[in-house]
Formats: sequence, C-alpha cells, structure tokens
Amino acid sequence: MTAAYSGEHLLRELAPQVLGAVVRRFGDFPAAEDAVQEALLVAATKWPDEGVPDNPRAWLIQVAARRMTDALRTELARRRRETTLALDEPDALVVPAPDSGQEPEQDDTLLLLFMCCHPALTRSSSIALTLRAVGGLTTAEIASAFLVPEATMAQRISRAKQLIKKSGVRFSMPTEGERAETLGAVLHVLYLVFNEGYATSAGPSLQRVDLSSEAIRLARAVYHALPDDTECAGLLALMLLTDARKVARSGPDGELIPLDEQDRATWDRDAIAEGVALVEKTLAKGAVGAYQLQAAIAAVHDEAARAEDTDWPQILALYGLLLRMADNPMIALNHAIAASMVHGPAAGLALLQELDADPRIASHHRLAAVRAHLEERAGNRDAAIAAYRLAADRTASIPERNYLRMKAARLAAGES
Amino acid sequence: MKFMLMMNAPRGTGDWGIYKWGPGDMKAHIDFMIRLNKDLRAEGTLAGCEGLAPPGEARLVRAGKSAAPEVTDGPFAEAKEFLAGYWIVDVETPDQAYAIAARASAAPGPGGKPLNMPIEVRQVMSGPPPES
Repeated sequence: MTAAYSGEHLLRELAPQVLGAVVRRFGDFPAAEDAVQEALLVAATKWPDEGVPDNPRAWLIQVAARRMTDALRTELARRRRETTLALDEPDALVVPAPDSGQEPEQDDTLLLLFMCCHPALTRSSSIALTLRAVGGLTTAEIASAFLVPEATMAQRISRAKQLIKKSGVRFSMPTEGERAETLGAVLHVLYLVFNEGYATSAGPSLQRVDLSSEAIRLARAVYHALPDDTECAGLLALMLLTDARKVARSGPDGELIPLDEQDRATWDRDAIAEGVALVEKTLAKGAVGAYQLQAAIAAVHDEAARAEDTDWPQILALYGLLLRMADNPMIALNHAIAASMVHGPAAGLALLQELDADPRIASHHRLAAVRAHLEERAGNRDAAIAAYRLAADRTASIPERNYLRMKAARLAAGES
Repeated sequence: MKFMLMMNAPRGTGDWGIYKWGPGDMKAHIDFMIRLNKDLRAEGTLAGCEGLAPPGEARLVRAGKSAAPEVTDGPFAEAKEFLAGYWIVDVETPDQAYAIAARASAAPGPGGKPLNMPIEVRQVMSGPPPES
C-alpha cells in the first residue's frame, strides 16, 4: 500500500516534467497534455505490479511520445484519405528523434504554470488545467474535488486547452515586462485552489482530493523555482500557516469552530514553524507584498498560545499596511475586526458603517456576521440577533449557516 | 431509478419560523439533517443533495433586449411554499424513494416533535433513449 501510495506521488511529481519534455518535442500542447495523461494512467496500472522503472521520467516521456506519434499518424492518414494528396515521407515528420528519453533534466513546472494561468483563460479553467497539467490529477479527481460531473470538468479542461492553442501562447518564459503580471496570475490561481480546498475541507466525502495540500505542493514547486521572489514565499507561508489550523477549525460533523474557540493543541506545529521561518526570511529582504502581509498576520495568530494572547495591535498595524496597498473591502472588514480587538467593539462598528456604503461588500454575509459579533460584544442583543439572522440568510455555506443560526438562537434564549 | 425529493417550506413563516426555535430544538434539527445525509450516503442511495439560500435572496432573471439578463427581485409567482433544499436519490423502486422522503419529512421541530413537512417526490428523467 505504501509503495503504491508513494508511486502515485512520484507520478504527480513527474507529471509537469514529462509534459514539459513532450511539449518541447511536439509543440502541440493540447495533444501533448492528453498523451501525458494517458502515460500516467499506464504507469499507474503497470508500476504497482511491475515495479517502478529505473528512469521513471524517461519511461513516461517515451510512452507519451509514442502516443503522440500514434495520434499524429492517425491524423495524417485521415488527412491523406480525405485530400488524396499523399505526403511524401510522413514518418519523417512524426517519428521522434532517436534521443528518446534523453531530454535534459529540467523542471518545466513554472513554464507550464505560466501557460495554464494565461490571462486569456477564465479563472475556473486555469484552475482545472493547472491541476491536471501541472498537478497530474485526473479529470475525475478534479471533478470530484469541485463536486461537478466529470463530463463538465472534461469540457472545461478541453476548452481551456483549445483556447491556449488558439491564442498562440508560446511555451517559453514570459518577457521581463510580462513576467510580474503572469507570475501574479499564477500565484492567484494557486491561492484560489487553496481557498477552494480550505472552504470545502469539511465537505461530505473523504475521497475528495485535498486541494489545499495540492495548492501547497504547487506553491512549494514555484518557490523552489523562484526562491528570491518574496510574494511567492509569502503565498507559500500564508498557505502553511492557514492550513496548520485545518484540524481545529471544524467539529466531527463539519460544524464550524471559530479561531478563538479552537483547540490550539491540534494546530500543526511543523507547518507553523516552516511558515514563520518563511515570513521572517522574506520580511528581512525588504520588499513587502500582499501575500507576505497576510502570512505575517496568520503567523501572529498561530504564535499565540491562547486566543487572549493574540497580539492584536500588531495585527491591526499589518492590516493597516495591507489597506494602503490594496482597496479591498474584505481587508477593510478584517481591519475593522482588529480595530475592535484593540480599541473596543464601538470602534469596529464605526468602521463597518463605512463599508455599508461599499456596493462590493454591503450585502455580503461576512459584513453581517462581523457586525453580529461586534454588536454581541457591545451588549446590543437585539441588533446582534438581527445581524446573525441576516448573515445566516446570506451565507452560501451550510456549516456556517448552522453556526450563525445557533448563535442567534442562543442569544435569543438568553444564553451565550 | 432516480428521484428528486424536494423539501418545501411554507412561505411567510420561512423555514417553519426556525428563528423562533430555542437553541436545543435548532441543534436537534441540524443534527438530524446531518445524520440523515450521512446515513443516505452510507446506504449508497444519495446521488446528490443541496440546501438553497432563502427565497428573500432569490432573483428573477429574464432575457431582455439583445438577450442580456434582466435581473429583478421579483415579483415571483404566488406560492404558499418555496423550495428549501433537495435530495436526489438513486433507488430501485418508487416506494424506496417514498420511504426516504418520509424519513426526511419527520425531521424534528420545536420540542423535538416531527415536523412532518411535505416532501415532493419527482422522478428524474434519466431513462435510456429509445432504441431506433
């Protein structure tokens, strides 16, 4: 069992390297991606019985290349039949060079990520394609992770690949000018994958792929490729520091447990240590970005032994910095929470009033939920109950709705 | 064969006036629903289930000029009930679907008494296409 498990991990590690090599040789990204998926499937069925080959990477490249050649042959034969215009030496065009399996060892993870997260694609297609082409997940696994039918996910992926082909994205490093924007898109896609996993990790099925772990694995790969990029390090740190609280954040039936009620003994100390070290290392480098700041905030939470030990003044200062960097109402909301922890609930409620005028968040359930907590702390029972109910009606998460409804019911019953 | 089990809640009181329930009743109801879904999944009959946001959050959409969506808050068709959530179960006979619907219908309400709420059972059109 353990061997099969690690074999699966090996396959997923190798997936982007193999795909990179095949795209380099044949150019056709959509077809290459299909061929690599097939090769991974062959390996997944053969290796457990026959053992892992000496050079698994070369083995996979060879199998995928053979699939490509077969597919191209079929395609040429079809065209020949249709056009009657026989090509002279079709084999010369499609048979791979005799150096099969001798591709230089290089990691194309970053190049592939740049392609999969190309701005021409929608975010949801980028996410799906990234998980398949770079993460080495099957369409079925991705579909089950997002709780959509496999056929839907297959369509999403295939359309994304056609778009890449059509838009003529080249399999090469972006120019210096494009680089920052493209890397930003990659980090954002990984951040979304992580959030999806984090938001649904209390979900119904244990067989679902753990998207958060997958996002961490990919963010780690990007960090290794670009160790000097402070935002990339910041994102990895943010993921580690958030994921460290995974076990503590929900109860046995998926019910939500807020940060201040979590059993901190169950937090993952190793993940926290790694995240904190990353934050310290990047902050020392000077340049400060949004992911680093969010990671720094997560680190302050994670380093508090008890909820009441949390260094709120520092968190408030960090949110202040974040707010100056980006006009984001979610950050403003968190800033208001921090302000209430430092200066009292009235200060927080005053800040929320400004957000009521912001159409981006005015009817968001989080605004109502935060208001409910602050009104409760301020001792305004009725206002708190009304806000908890409003938030419960607006949230799209059933565990959260249950939590908010229970808060309202307890307050109404005079408990709390 | 697949059936959709639709849990309809009365309009007006919305969710059977769930906001007037005490915390104990609320918890019992939530726990019942969690357990029911868990059991159906374990029994291998659950094909899907979703809870829906309340009707106050619903929007009515019509294609307007040049087919662009025109989104409004209503008015919605006059109805005594609204769809609060649904299950899709995959069973051998309609009776099995009715039995599951009855289990869901008996979810506890105030004082732990069964709500016996109406569950509308409709077969999902998933028969094979006719042979030609």
